[in-house]
Amino acid sequence: MLIENLAVVAPELALAVAAMALLMWGAFSPRDPSGSVLWVATGVLVLAGLWVGFQPEGAQTAFDGSFVSDGFARFAKVLILFGGAATLALSRDYLARHDILKFEYPVLILLATVGMLVMVSARDLIVLYMGLELQSLALYVIAAFRRDSARSTEAGLKYIVLGALSSGLLLYGASLTYGYSGTTAFAGIAAAVGGAPLSLGLIFGLVFLSAGMAFKVSAAPFHMWTPDVYEGSPTPVTAFFATAPKVAAAAMFARILFDAFGGAVTDWQQILAFLSVASMFLGAVAAIGQRNIKRLMAYSSIGHMGFALMGLAAGTEQGAQSLLIYLAIYVTMNVGVFAFILNMEKDGKTVTDIGALGLYSQVHPARAACLAVLMFSLAGVPPLVGFFGKFYVLVAAINAGLVWLAVAGVIASVIGAFYYLRIVYLMYFGEAVEGLDGTMPALHWGFLGASATAMVVGIVNLFGVETIAAVAASTLFP
Amino acid sequence: MDNLLSLITFLPLIGAFVLLVFLRGEDAAAQGNAKLLALFTTSATFLLSLFVIIGFEPGDTGFQFVEEMPWLGGLTYKMGVDGISVLFVMLTTFLMPIVIGASWHVESRVKEYMIAFLVLETLMLGVFCALDLVLFYIFFEAGLIPMFLIIGIWGGKERIYAAFKFFLYTFLGSVLMLVAMIAMWMAAGTTDIPTLLTHQFSSDPLTVLGITIVGGVQTLMFLAFFASFAVKMPMWPVHTWLPDAHVQAPTAGSVVLAAILLKMGGYGFLRFSIPMFPVGSMVMQDFVFLLSVIAIIYTSLVALVQEDMKKLIAYSSVAHMGFVTMGIFALNQQGMDGAIFQMISHGFISGALFMIVGVIYDRMHTREIAAYGGLVIRMPVFALIFMLFTMGNVGLPGTSGFVGEFLTLAGAFQTNSWVAFGAAFGVILSAAYALWLYRRVVFGDLIKGGLKTIEDMDRREKLLFAPLVAMTLLLGVYPSLVLDVIGPSVTALVDQTETALAARATALAQN
Repeated sequence: MLIENLAVVAPELALAVAAMALLMWGAFSPRDPSGSVLWVATGVLVLAGLWVGFQPEGAQTAFDGSFVSDGFARFAKVLILFGGAATLALSRDYLARHDILKFEYPVLILLATVGMLVMVSARDLIVLYMGLELQSLALYVIAAFRRDSARSTEAGLKYIVLGALSSGLLLYGASLTYGYSGTTAFAGIAAAVGGAPLSLGLIFGLVFLSAGMAFKVSAAPFHMWTPDVYEGSPTPVTAFFATAPKVAAAAMFARILFDAFGGAVTDWQQILAFLSVASMFLGAVAAIGQRNIKRLMAYSSIGHMGFALMGLAAGTEQGAQSLLIYLAIYVTMNVGVFAFILNMEKDGKTVTDIGALGLYSQVHPARAACLAVLMFSLAGVPPLVGFFGKFYVLVAAINAGLVWLAVAGVIASVIGAFYYLRIVYLMYFGEAVEGLDGTMPALHWGFLGASATAMVVGIVNLFGVETIAAVAASTLFP
Repeated sequence: MDNLLSLITFLPLIGAFVLLVFLRGEDAAAQGNAKLLALFTTSATFLLSLFVIIGFEPGDTGFQFVEEMPWLGGLTYKMGVDGISVLFVMLTTFLMPIVIGASWHVESRVKEYMIAFLVLETLMLGVFCALDLVLFYIFFEAGLIPMFLIIGIWGGKERIYAAFKFFLYTFLGSVLMLVAMIAMWMAAGTTDIPTLLTHQFSSDPLTVLGITIVGGVQTLMFLAFFASFAVKMPMWPVHTWLPDAHVQAPTAGSVVLAAILLKMGGYGFLRFSIPMFPVGSMVMQDFVFLLSVIAIIYTSLVALVQEDMKKLIAYSSVAHMGFVTMGIFALNQQGMDGAIFQMISHGFISGALFMIVGVIYDRMHTREIAAYGGLVIRMPVFALIFMLFTMGNVGLPGTSGFVGEFLTLAGAFQTNSWVAFGAAFGVILSAAYALWLYRRVVFGDLIKGGLKTIEDMDRREKLLFAPLVAMTLLLGVYPSLVLDVIGPSVTALVDQTETALAARATALAQN
């Protein structure tokens, strides 16, 4: 029995064991092996991604149904693992330049990833909380990874305080849910829920759970930590924050809502719709005044999460599919953008002011063109792939009768287009400044170029993501 | 030639790709090659498009040269033309080589410039050929990116403001259309335009937020599409992006903007608003008439007081587009025929007028009217050509401008004679501002400093204007050239609209 259970969680176990082994290697090796540890960790993530990706179809459950490996989980996991691997590989150069290349970093990333994998596979509130905390604790530490920087320490502290608050909310919601349904297993909760309307206790549980989740996906009005943490953390950490944890949190959110509260869509649809609208508008409006590119990307991620939650708010299989497609596109774009941001330097110092991009197109036409494509794609301008992400979400929302939400979403996307355009404007027709002199390693260039190319070429068939996401989403609706 | 339309649409894109990948260097030779390659590509596109017009059967009111392939998520890649769209395709392919020729003096970032225009041509052709809602939307919107860059990089002093205004105005208009498109998809179960053309969307009254909406869903969808097309058109009061964009855009950008991009709005009304939401169109008819007449009179008056030549022509474009919307919403044969004719003719005339401004701007580097005067003495050929297009702009019989204005007025008169009465003032006002502009620039004494040595048009410039002159006169004396092609499709459209309206009237009478 145990063996069968362990077989289901084998990828997570393998990652955890790899993290331990790398920790031992780092701690006991006579010479500093940090660089090698990082590459091995990247390799482990990629291998795990391939492993999960090529697992046979169908759902396997373990530990009395509290852990499930189904199509939905696998889609999210592959995204998390590849997103994590990409940002980890990109961080090597930056960390080495700033003298913070420590072996703990890749180990912590691996542990956070294990937590995320558990989050998306959890079908029990306790397992879910375990995964969430494993992820969060690792993230708190890497946010404050640059110990000699007040900013970074501040970011870590803010993150841990607000993160603890959100975990508290989530736990409170979980305990209420347990109290009124008598079980922590999603299947049991779903049985207790039956159909809408929910009992008052379960509504409270649902609301607190949602608030905790909203913190994790950084949806407004629970977004306050995001800009500060994004700005204060070392840039590679920001890049990581913007990709894998977002996918994990959104996927976990989806699983709780569909698996546990699937019978009460009408009850949580309003919550999600509000979170979605608030995030989209906040992400669009608050970023207008930002000159710091990291804060700008923070608000951008808030806005994008708003769109992703719109898919969730639809509460349908199509909505879940659109959420997955959106996340996949979002991660691809962010990897490309951060590959660029990581190299924004002048005289060996990190530059975060977007004014430094003035007439960048004349210094490095190819890089500027790639970044411009990504910015248009983030803004959701057709024909770039970013548009299709929004398109699928809008289709799902309108199909579910949420026309007002779709209208609000498109208006927010117009407002948001302004600040993405401003970056293009700076690069192509701004004032010429001696802003950036950093060279770009081939690896970063490769990620930037590949991401931009994917945004253009993807319009042919989205690289088949659509079909895969459809299969993945269907597993949430047995 | 099963893929003729795709070939025409994507040939410029291939040219752009070749430029992007294979052309290296910043020296004069590389710049020359970029220009030649762009000219070659656009000319080849034009020659290919001749096969379309030759093979086109005007009597057939369905779509021709249809291509279809499955695409993402239930969408299809479907292309085709009918009598309404085929001439816009021809207009685009015809004007693009001229546009490239008019940019011969561009010196900064030539390669990027040519790439932007080639990409833009692909997107414009795509708009007129697309027969799938979402495919149309993608082409329609994507044009914003190259246009944003063209205004922003190669524009004048206020180019950044203009580029942002252009982008955000048109983007806001279009995203609402996207929502309506998805709603149509949900209601009709398909994004196929030919199928949607025959689909009857519900027109039962609807209550939203306590307000009863006559025409129901149709009116709402109509308004969403209207938001997009009215901005593109542009109609008063959402026209304010146009003068800014025009003044700041380089000459070729202005030509493309006025001659082709503005026509997407009118095309959109004819392709979507009228046939798909006949009831909505009927409900909103008076509203559109009102906006059209205001546009015609108000923007003509505004044009009178302009000091910048490009701004004057831009405002005159808005006024002329007022005739187009008026003609379309007359919902009868003359009105729609006239509207399409006016769009085609305006494509030649306004394009030529912007190039005329470009000719003297290249020499004197100012567009201020007050800086000129007495040009006829040094530039007789220029004065002649300018006069011809001024007359075209005024709508003098014998030029193509007359036919369009006359037909739209005749159409509007049948539907609502007061509208025609109001719009007729526009004809007088257009004569006022156009002739006054001509008087101030061309006649008078040649006293201003730099003008004494100004050169007349060279051979390249004459060559560029020749086809435009020919088309303006040809269509002026023989309008059947256009009307025979569009006629059957427009008749079908009018019949279909009348049937739908009659059906609704019967339904209302029975209740």
